[in-house]
Formats: sequence, structure tokens, C-alpha cells
Amino acid sequence: MRTRTLLLFSVLVLFALAFAACAAPPATAPVADAPAAATEAASEAPAADAAASTDAAAGCTDALGCVEIAAGDPIRIGYALVVAGPNAALGEDSARGIEIAVDDLGGELLGHPIEIVGEDTGCSPEGGQAAATKLASDPTIVAVIGTSCSSEARVGAPILSEAGLSMVSPSNTAPDLTDPEKRTPGYFRTAHNDLVQGAVAAEFAFNNLGLTKAATVHDGSLYAVGLATAFADAFKALGGEIVSEQAVNVGDTDMRPVLTTIAAAGPEIIYYPIFTSEAGFITAQSKEVPGLENVKLMAADGSFSQDFVNAAGEAALGMYLSSPDFSAFGDAYQGFLAAHEAKYGEPPLSAFHAHAYDAANVIAAAVQAVAIQDGDTLIIPKGALRDAIAATSGFQGLTGTITCGESGDCADPKIAVYEVTDISAWNPNVTSPMKVYP
Amino acid sequence: MFSNLRRKYDFTDYILWLIGATLLIAIIYGSFVTLSSGKYTTEQWLNFVIFGLAQGGIYALIALGYTMVYGILGMINFAHGEFFMFGTFGAFFVAEALASSGFLESNPLLSIIVMLMAAMIVSATVAVLSERIAYRPLRRAPRLVPLITAIGVSYFLQYTARGFFGSGVEAFPNVPALAGVVQLGPITMQRSQIAVFAATGILLFLLWFIVSKTKVGRAIRSVAEDKDAAALMGVNVDRTIALTFALGGIMAGAAGVMYGLVFRQVAFYMGFVPGLKAFTAAVLGGIGNLAGAVMGGLILGVIESVGPSLFLEGIGIPSPHQLKDGIAFTVLVLILIFRPSGILGERLSKRA
Repeated sequence: MRTRTLLLFSVLVLFALAFAACAAPPATAPVADAPAAATEAASEAPAADAAASTDAAAGCTDALGCVEIAAGDPIRIGYALVVAGPNAALGEDSARGIEIAVDDLGGELLGHPIEIVGEDTGCSPEGGQAAATKLASDPTIVAVIGTSCSSEARVGAPILSEAGLSMVSPSNTAPDLTDPEKRTPGYFRTAHNDLVQGAVAAEFAFNNLGLTKAATVHDGSLYAVGLATAFADAFKALGGEIVSEQAVNVGDTDMRPVLTTIAAAGPEIIYYPIFTSEAGFITAQSKEVPGLENVKLMAADGSFSQDFVNAAGEAALGMYLSSPDFSAFGDAYQGFLAAHEAKYGEPPLSAFHAHAYDAANVIAAAVQAVAIQDGDTLIIPKGALRDAIAATSGFQGLTGTITCGESGDCADPKIAVYEVTDISAWNPNVTSPMKVYP
Repeated sequence: MFSNLRRKYDFTDYILWLIGATLLIAIIYGSFVTLSSGKYTTEQWLNFVIFGLAQGGIYALIALGYTMVYGILGMINFAHGEFFMFGTFGAFFVAEALASSGFLESNPLLSIIVMLMAAMIVSATVAVLSERIAYRPLRRAPRLVPLITAIGVSYFLQYTARGFFGSGVEAFPNVPALAGVVQLGPITMQRSQIAVFAATGILLFLLWFIVSKTKVGRAIRSVAEDKDAAALMGVNVDRTIALTFALGGIMAGAAGVMYGLVFRQVAFYMGFVPGLKAFTAAVLGGIGNLAGAVMGGLILGVIESVGPSLFLEGIGIPSPHQLKDGIAFTVLVLILIFRPSGILGERLSKRA
């Protein structure tokens, strides 16, 4: 009797959870709006604000508050990146970009040493929330570089925004995050918008490979859904047909059933912009599903690492990956690669080291522009810093010319498609993967 | 049994049956529409079933450990998924060494046996140590205590593995002899899947033989029946319980090798989800029952594989495979509504 009531209760809770999960996404929109009104008010007269605080000299007049740094104390910049777990390569790569940027700045800014405070985000909404909450609760943090995965930013960005912090992401690419309706104030990124990546991947498949039937797979994350949709839209606009749109769960291991469903639809290429582990399973198992032996495979920048190729094994050979176009980066990138090799003894781990380097420099430049010296204390007004990042224009970064504006999309997007040509020697454009388009 | 029938049905039962009936109708309707649409060929349906059985075989091997420990101690050993993970790592390091020396290519069968031995020894050692250190001191404690301890052991083992082996994903070496397919009439099967079926079958037979035909097995069954009475009859209860953990660990280690051969990825967190699924399988089949665990594992695997296409595509749900866990657990709820002690669970905890 007791157990049956308990069973009924658990069944009802299960349904409640299912409905709550369905209802969750729209609920986040108003949260993003609330701080928007507050900061718009604050950003009305940014220059005046900054000027006022200089005159006053008595303290902070910035609507979002200030960070005060005593003489000799460090300027603390946070990062919220995925530096552990299966997607560690993605965040570790960005963290190294930040470290090299700090080295290139001489390790200091305005006479204060730069201290980097890192939080792991786990490439999950929960991890993003935890990391953002931790960074937001630290009043000495000036700005945040991050997050790695788009789903982390969806929940993390409002928390940081509420705390008056600005964030520059090196690798969030979901179109949703800079959608004017949904963008959180203070959110910027040096990574490309996936509308660009999806379009380049679709052009490559349709024009270069001459394929007309594609299937997509996403894993329910903001990044994967956004990129799979962007690819599908672009592919259809070119005249191609999306024969199957499938989804898997993070943590799934047996992809053969979903691949059988895809095989029944008869695609010529499968685009699966998901993360290391699941993309590895799809790649390896696609060779074992009847009907998919000769179907082309393409993954994206979320799986752009040796870890992914390790997970996929020999099946990765000859597959494609869409990712930032390193060969289109400026000459300074060669210097960065040399510094990376010297510091870490290996080529970059993933796709977003240069974007992280640029993000750190954009923040450093903005701090220099707004910081006020008040006696021995350095005052950094957070609202003015946010406006200064937004005002970044024509900034020469490794990844190109960076211009932020109110959209939050600072990048100069250059996307390429790479082919995996060697499964044991990861070094983009040197050994594997090699750029094949454009 | 009869006292159950005399009890009057109450409100709760009616709602549960209503939910059950609704789910059942949805499943039947979905299957009917999908089958009549003719989207998949017979061969593809067979593939779904085979993929499901291969996955289910792994669930079954892990589920045996859950069910044996439950049968003998009445506790759910949530750390069992971690025994499986350690076994996979054991097999992984041996496989790496064999692959780099070329032995794996020249003697595949012998290599797999060595991998199995390594994984079984590692898993069984971890299982016995866990029992000795974490569970034995709590044998007389209230039932909730060992349960919570098991969750603690699970985290401890997981993060120990992370400390030792790192947080990344490692690729399990490819066994060339297991690559490729075999055509059996209309059925195309992966060689690795055939290996899983064969190994699972042999191991199940051995386990059945040990439990039901040997002296050791009789000791296990007697301890499961009544610890104190068994002790009075001269059975060494501590040793028998340790042995049960070792047997569960051996099965988990074998499952680890199968997992490595079929999925070719090794990571510290890999034990969690299969562990949870295997626990589900054990409950589905009737926890405490060996045959039930195997049946539950196979059914769960097949439902996860066939279910999304069969039940959901007909109702018109897009991207159905994302919901495979939902389907698996819905079926679990259905079975528990109609058979609260699982498919074969009548003699609950009466035998290991």
C-alpha cells in the first residue's frame, strides 16, 4: 500500500519534471530583459559618468559599481571555461590563449599584476551557473572571459550581468546568445556566430562535394541545436534537402539505433555539430551501420581536437570538421603559435586559443581606457568598462579586425572546413586536419 | 498472494492503472502507425534488435552484480557501475600494451582472454576491497546506511579513477580481428557483437553453474536465504559475501571488456550511466533473481534501441532517439505498475 502510493507519487513527479523541462526555455527570456533596462539607463551617458568619477575623485559614481584596486594589488580577471571532463581540450585551449595574452602584456596592466581566476564550467548549464555564481560573488573580479559552451552562457551570462560584470566569450557560437531579443547586457564574444559557420559548412557540402541530401544530429545543447539549424537552413536555401533531423543525449553511447534511423532516410552527408564523446561514438559507429558505409561525415568546432579524433579512432580518417580558418588569421598568429609551442611544447589543443587571446586583449584595452587613478587606488568603473568593450572598434586581433557594437558579436568571422588526414598527429594545417575549403 | 487479492483497491490503484492503460495505448498506436508506414525494412528492424541485444548483454552482465548483492545482503550497491569502469580501465591498459607490441593483431583470441582476465581481476579486487572496507563494518546497521555508503564509495572510486587516469576520453584499441561484419542469412552482424553474445552466453552459463551446482553456490544461496542459519550450519558468511562481491565484480569486468570492444571509449565517468541502466534492468527483471537480471538487461537494451523508432515515430515525434531513456523508464514504470516486483521477481530476495 505505502509502496504503491510512493510509486504513484514518483510517476506524478516524473510527469511534473517532464513538463517543467518543456516549459523552461521561455522562462529565461524575461530574466534576460530585467537587467537590460537597468544597464541601458546606465549606459546613456557613459563618457559623462567616467568623467564625473574622475572629477569627484572621492569614489565611485558608476551605476554598476566599481572595482577598487589598492597599490600593489592585482587586477583580477575571471575565466569560466571547461577545463575538466571530456571537453577539457576546448577550455584548456582557451585558457592557454589567455595565459599567452597575459605574458604578452608583460603580466601587468597599469602597474598592477594581472591575476587570472579560473572556474570550470563542465560544458553544461549547471556548470555554467555554478561558475558564474562563484565569479559574480567575488567583488574583486573586473571582467570575465568565458564561457566555453553556449549552454553555459545561456544561464551564466544573466548572473554575471546582474553583478555588473562584462564577459567576453572566446568560443560561444550559438546565434541565440547575440539575438537582440535574448542577449544579456554585458555579453560579448570574439568567437564567430554559427549562422556563419552553418552557412560555410552547407556551401561546402552542396557546392564543393556536390551533395544534395543531408542529415543533422544535435545533442539538445544550445550550441548544437543552433548550429544544426543554421546548417539546415543554409543547406535548404542552396537547394539541398534535409532528409533527417535527429537528436541524441549527452552521455549516450550506443548511436547505432539513431544511425539506423538516419540510414533509412538515405542522406549523402551527416552533419553532427556536437561534442567530443558523443561525436566520437557517432563517427566510430557510423561505419558499422548498413547503408552508411559511404556517407560523408562532418562535425564542427565543438569537436575540433585530438581528443575527438582519439575517441573516434580510425573512422575519423577522411571526415570533415568546420572550424575557424587559421590560415586567414593575421601574421601575428604565427608569433602566437611559436609562443604556444615554446610555453606548452605542443600545437594548440582546439579551435579557440586565438579568440581567447583576443578576448583578453579586448578586456585589457577597455580596462586601460576607463581606469581611474585615485591617489594610490586604481578605480575601474564596471558600467564604463562594459561601454568601453562595446565601443571596441577596428581592434587588430589575431583573429582579424574586432568591432563589438551593441550586438555583442565582436568577431571577424572566418570559417573553413578541414579534413582529418592523420589520426595521431594533431596540428591544424600542418599534419592534420588540413583545410579543404574555401 | 491471497491476502493481496482480498485487499480492496483504492484510488491510487485506479490512477496507476489509468496511467498504465494510457501509456500502453500510446505505445500500441505508435507501433501500429510506424509499422504500417513501411519506413524501415525488415533488415533494419533486425538491426535495431541486434544493436539492442548487444547493448543489453552489457547491461545484463552488470545487472547480475546488482542482483547478486541485493539477493545476499538486501542492499543496492550503487558503486557497482564503478567496478565496471575500473575493469574497463584494466582491460584498456592491457589492450594498449598488447596493441603496441603487435600481439593483439597476431593472437586476437588470446589477447581478448588476457584482457578479460585483467579486467575481471581488477574489478573483482575493487569489489572485494569495497566490501571489506566500506560495507562489512555496516552489515548490522540500518538498511539506509549501506545504501548511502554505496553512493559515497561510487564517488570515491570515480574520482580516484579521475586522479589516476585523467579526465579525458581514451580510445580503446581496435581489435582488427573483430572489425567487419558477418552475414548470417538476412542478418548482418558486427563481429564485435558476435563476440559479445558469445562471451555473455559463456559467462552466464558459468555463473549459473557456480551458483546452482557447486558447493560454493550452495553456500551463497544459503546465506541469501538466512545468514544466521547458514552460519549455524558452518557456512563462513563473511567469506561467502566477499565471494559474491567477487563474482559480481568478475561479471562487471567482463562487461567492461565488452564495452571497450564495442564502444571503444574509456573515461572515468563511464560507469555511471551503464550502472544506472543495469540497476534499472535488475529491477525490471525482479531484483534478487539471476535470470531476471539477464532478461531485464536484454529487454532494456532492445527497448532503448527499437522503442524510439517503433513507438514514437508513428505518433509524429521528431528526433525520437533523444527520448530513448524516457521510453526505457516509461516501460519500467509500466512493468512496475502491473508487476510491482519485476518480471521474474516473485521470490524476492529468496535466492541469489
